[in-house]
Amino acid sequence: MNLRTPLARALHHGTARDGVGHWLIQRVTAAALAPLAIWLLIGLLGLPDAGYATVIAWIAAGWNPALLALTVLIAAWHAWLGVQVVIEDYVHGFLPKTIALLLSVFVHVLLAASGVYAVLRIALRSGA
Amino acid sequence: MAERPLSPHITVYRWAYTMTLSILHRASGVALAVSLVGFVLWLVSASLGADAYAAMLPLLTCLPCKIVLALAVAALIYHLCNGLRHLAWDMGWGFERADARRSAVLVVAASLIAAAVCCYFIFRLGAGAA
Repeated sequence: MNLRTPLARALHHGTARDGVGHWLIQRVTAAALAPLAIWLLIGLLGLPDAGYATVIAWIAAGWNPALLALTVLIAAWHAWLGVQVVIEDYVHGFLPKTIALLLSVFVHVLLAASGVYAVLRIALRSGA
Repeated sequence: MAERPLSPHITVYRWAYTMTLSILHRASGVALAVSLVGFVLWLVSASLGADAYAAMLPLLTCLPCKIVLALAVAALIYHLCNGLRHLAWDMGWGFERADARRSAVLVVAASLIAAAVCCYFIFRLGAGAA
């Protein structure tokens, strides 16, 4: 039998040191993505065709590589936070939830890395 | 784990169309996470060179693919419009019931118009020169 009060058991274990971090980063990345998404939509839908030459020229033009890399990076970050909440809500049981959350992290980091790498490859090749 | 009381779930509430927008926000978000995979694959195929890109291109220009692409763009536009609505709420603006309903109508109208404009560009899209 434990005679300690619930308050006494909770005290001095510290907090998760995270607080509203997840919520806040989701909003910050959303605010960053709003102008980037509009820029991306206008840029891509304004292309005359989807051919290789057209697409490569657009990706490498001006500051497009920087904005594109930023878009992929922040989109993957924002998507990871969003998918995490969906998994926490709908996937039940410790093991399935843990596996789904881990998979989601790996996939989103992979997306961010390969997207940024692809943009850099195109930009550096056509800039040289 | 012991059976614990749960707060009432959405099924106990009378349906309001603002609830549909809320569910659609999450659904479009998940759809966009999946679309991001396609977008990155598109970038990667372009970075691999003309041959790899040409092999992928039918996935962008065939009619069923264009329909999927149009749905992804519609999801992006809806998530963007409704996301701005959420950001306004987070600043404390427009949280009254009448305001929330008005902004819901605004979001749906803006999304439909913007998505229609984007669809025009998507279905106009040609394969172009290799």
